[in-house]
Amino acid sequence: MSVRTLPLVFINLGGEMLYILDQRLRAHNTSEDNSEKGVWSENDRKRVLNDIVWTMFSKPFMDELLKPQQLYSHRTLKTVLTRLAHSSIMRLNPASMDRLYELMIMAFKYQVFVCPRPKDLLLISYNHIDAIRELVKDTPAVVNQVDETHRKIIEVYASSSEGEFQLLRQTLLIFFQDMHVRVSLFLKSQVQNPNGRFALLTSGPVPHRVDVPGLIRTFNSKGREVRRSEFPTGGSYTSPIREGSFELHGDRVIRLGTNMYNVNHPEETHTSKVPSVKTDDAPNLLAKEELNLLARLMGSMKAENVPGVETGFRISLFTTDQEEEEAEASGGAEESLCGVINIQAMQDEQAATELARIAGQFAEREEESDNPSSSKGDDLLAMMDDL
Amino acid sequence: MYHKEKSIQIKNSASALYNNLSVLRIAPRRLTYFTVVHANVVNMVSASWDGLNYSHRQLQSKEPNVATSTSLIMQAAFCVLPSRDLLVVTSQKGIQMYESDGSIMVYWHALDTPETPTAQAVFARGISAVWENYICVGVSSGSILVFDVPSKGSNITLSEVLEEHKESITDMASECSGSQECIADLVSADDGGNLCVWKSGEEFQLLNKISGFDMSCSSVKLWKGTVVAGYGTGQIRLYEAVTGILHAEVNAHARWIYSLDIAPFSGLLLSAAEDSLVRVWHLTMTPETNSVEVAHLHNECVTDTQICGAKFCDGDGYAFAVTGYDLSEIIRYTQS
Repeated sequence: MSVRTLPLVFINLGGEMLYILDQRLRAHNTSEDNSEKGVWSENDRKRVLNDIVWTMFSKPFMDELLKPQQLYSHRTLKTVLTRLAHSSIMRLNPASMDRLYELMIMAFKYQVFVCPRPKDLLLISYNHIDAIRELVKDTPAVVNQVDETHRKIIEVYASSSEGEFQLLRQTLLIFFQDMHVRVSLFLKSQVQNPNGRFALLTSGPVPHRVDVPGLIRTFNSKGREVRRSEFPTGGSYTSPIREGSFELHGDRVIRLGTNMYNVNHPEETHTSKVPSVKTDDAPNLLAKEELNLLARLMGSMKAENVPGVETGFRISLFTTDQEEEEAEASGGAEESLCGVINIQAMQDEQAATELARIAGQFAEREEESDNPSSSKGDDLLAMMDDL
Repeated sequence: MYHKEKSIQIKNSASALYNNLSVLRIAPRRLTYFTVVHANVVNMVSASWDGLNYSHRQLQSKEPNVATSTSLIMQAAFCVLPSRDLLVVTSQKGIQMYESDGSIMVYWHALDTPETPTAQAVFARGISAVWENYICVGVSSGSILVFDVPSKGSNITLSEVLEEHKESITDMASECSGSQECIADLVSADDGGNLCVWKSGEEFQLLNKISGFDMSCSSVKLWKGTVVAGYGTGQIRLYEAVTGILHAEVNAHARWIYSLDIAPFSGLLLSAAEDSLVRVWHLTMTPETNSVEVAHLHNECVTDTQICGAKFCDGDGYAFAVTGYDLSEIIRYTQS
């Protein structure tokens, strides 16, 4: 399938991640200075976002993504996104990361699913980039990097045809297949049904370049129209709205990909699994190619060394008092994943431990496979330990 | 006109791929086979006509090297030849051909894949049986591979490579009316909406080329010398194959069309799109005036589903079946 999915995947998933982190870090009680232990100040929040954006839009990382290659497994993606999330002082434990990943994926799945025409995937990506630019606007160096990447993206996808964008979209849809995690924000706005599936309207404006359905035209051999008739469409469609801008700056027109998380409604990041859905049973063994990609991506992310004098922060990323009440009220009737998640923000000395833990997971997998080239796996692990 | 029947459950959900449903009716055994692609697997269901027996089978995509990542399947289609029926499966790695019940793989053709990936994706897509003994398969480069198929056995050979399209092949279809009078045997479509019309033989002959309008043609049929093409703009266009004259244009759907099918004995046309709608039309040819009439007959809405496959289950169009992205069932409709 498409070999050009990764840049858009990271921009859009990364964008959703930043929206969620921004909202959760704001929602928690903040103080003006760092005097209170366990509290995220305005500065801390901005710093976390800046660090993540800086790493994500760095030239070596983006260059790796821009190489033509297949889209790999959820496991690989989640590992890289975890590393991205940890490029600052904040640390998330696996349960938090799982929940964050679910939210990101479902948001992007929705955007790809209802995308009016395949080329609009770019507009969705540009909406994310625009919002990211806004989040880091106080740091010109980071804004520059975002602009540079944006220019590169425009250039890379400029020559893709609608058919190629549809192939890209189909590749993404296969990646998201069978995921029906319910997101309360989506359920409330009725873009998602209680069974976890997204709503598709048979009304509204048709996409750009599409004619409103309903007309049959017949021509003679000279090319002249000889008959025109109408048929009932079963929907109520209207003419297309104006096309969004594909430039560095401009009105994108479509709203997909903009920040839908409102500071006042923190419960909107509440998710729950649909009981009957089978979980993703991705195989434990990562293919050789995926391990190589992972190593290259991790290697291209420079670890910003923050002095280890920061005190540890304890933060609950996904609960508010309201959610805790809701969790108690539901009384465990739903799946246990709706429970309270406490995240511990670890100090920087533990960053190496964290990476070693991730690396350790690969060590286990390497041992499981009786692959003759296991020495290659050892080299990869050594590389990751050096990061 | 049609009412919904009991759906057939399949082991996995359907992937969002063009023409993602193939149907083979086996009258002597009172069975119908259905195939639906899910990522790197083909789900096959054999359904008895009395609705009592269903058996399932899964076919995996073939990879030359287990250590590499899985190969995604682009399409699976039954090819009906006078002497035998085969199931052809196309993927990123190559082309597999099976006996029609999926029991034995009789042929494997690997695609040339470069060592390091290039900007162009590599895959095979677009499958059609042609005339007596050919199976044609399209490739992402725009080439069409013509395979010569003996009446039995696995001695299938690559007979010719047709290089006419410059963009990825999306779909192909052969003349389905059964009429011997038609000159054109095969039509191929690509991502730019370009259509090529061919006459089969030891050397295939290009009869006509119909330019696209820069919009992908995702599904194509050929019936009584008329090309019926479905586009990403939701339009259906009818062309006279050999001359390229546009007979009719239908603003049929509000989103990308994913599947077209024709019931050759009755002239019924089925169209399905990402807009969640399936539509049934009737085509009437008037050879004297050299005109084609298109009449709309029926709509079915599969709520909240982007449809990826729709096929008639018989030559009269008495019943049809539908698949949708993320849906683990084959939905069936029968005439009331």
